[in-house]
Amino acid sequence: MGADRKDIARYAISLGDDSLILGQRLGEWCGHAPTLEIDLFLANIALDLIGQATLLLDYAGTLEGEGRDGDKLAFHRDVLDFTNCLLVEQPNGDFGRTIARQFLFSNFQLLLFQALSNSTDATIAGIARKAAKEVAYHARVASEWMVRLGDGTEESAQRVAEGLDWSWRFVDELFEAPDAKLIEAGVAVDPASFRPAFDAAIDAVLRDACLARPADRRATVGGRRGHHSEHLGHLLSQMQFLQRTYPDARW
Amino acid sequence: MHAGSIWTLLDHVPDPEIPVISIVELGIVRDVTEGAVVLTPTYTGCPATFAIESAVRTALDKAGFNDIAITRQIDPPWTTDWISETGREKLRAYGIAPPPHSNNLRGTTTPACPQCGSSHTEELSRFGSTPCKALWRCLDCAEPFDHFKCH
Ligand SMILES: [Zn+2]
Repeated sequence: MGADRKDIARYAISLGDDSLILGQRLGEWCGHAPTLEIDLFLANIALDLIGQATLLLDYAGTLEGEGRDGDKLAFHRDVLDFTNCLLVEQPNGDFGRTIARQFLFSNFQLLLFQALSNSTDATIAGIARKAAKEVAYHARVASEWMVRLGDGTEESAQRVAEGLDWSWRFVDELFEAPDAKLIEAGVAVDPASFRPAFDAAIDAVLRDACLARPADRRATVGGRRGHHSEHLGHLLSQMQFLQRTYPDARW
Repeated sequence: MHAGSIWTLLDHVPDPEIPVISIVELGIVRDVTEGAVVLTPTYTGCPATFAIESAVRTALDKAGFNDIAITRQIDPPWTTDWISETGREKLRAYGIAPPPHSNNLRGTTTPACPQCGSSHTEELSRFGSTPCKALWRCLDCAEPFDHFKCH
């Protein structure tokens, strides 16, 4: 049984939702970050993520063939229709938690996009190749900040350790296998294939940051099936406000 | 077929964020075919993409190429290696340290100050005014400057 366009569209939506929701979250920092450098860093990552989301959701809309484009998918779906992972919808918390979340997600996304660069779906492969270059930069800077905070003051080390601890329960969900048909067809990758590389990358940075790897605990999952935390609804109410109040408003 | 004159035309369309260089010098015009101008974005989220497309549209229409379409191609991904030598010189003259060539990264990656030429410089912020630039400072003449990052 091969993968059809609808299956690929669903996959592209889950990839796009990860980028969209984290991009929106990071946007909340704009003008509030502790220093100008980090404000620009977070805003620039947000911009890259929203760019990825636009490409992926536009493509999903084309595959569906129901007249939806990236904007329609971003602004006209309700919370149960989003299939992003739970990690990206978590509130920013303090700067330590934001950096810990970014560190985990960007390292995951980098390996994912590197693997998807060989997808049998040419559009997904092209988007992944383009995005991987940007995400490599996100992963590097987030890793550097892990070290700066972890190996910084007593307070920065404690806060980033708390942020890491908070985010840790959402890591296993990142490695849930997508639709088996898509993996078989070579369109999607099974993230389990790069879990060892992920663990090695994370452990190496944590060692430099003088931070302990949090103890494994029961994973919190469900995002890929639309089962979200309460936080996503609040995020959407802000992100979708204009389109909900003035449907189909245009610039 | 007017490919030659279209290339010349596009070489006069400035990049909206760094207006001293053209979109051809920036390396984002990938091809001019029978019916289309093929553009590639620098970064996926670059907000200038729309401004660039509308500037190209205006330039084409003005020259009577109303039937030439604009298409977007993201693969292969844009790299700063596609910025031409002329483009690099113009960036430097404008006060932006041009990016190093990616095959050249083994050596020093410290950009020379575009004002005084000193290589005694330091990074102030990894991210600058736009996604493609970082903020640096010259330790000799004390001027801050933008550095176009290798991408
Ligand atoms: Zn100088």
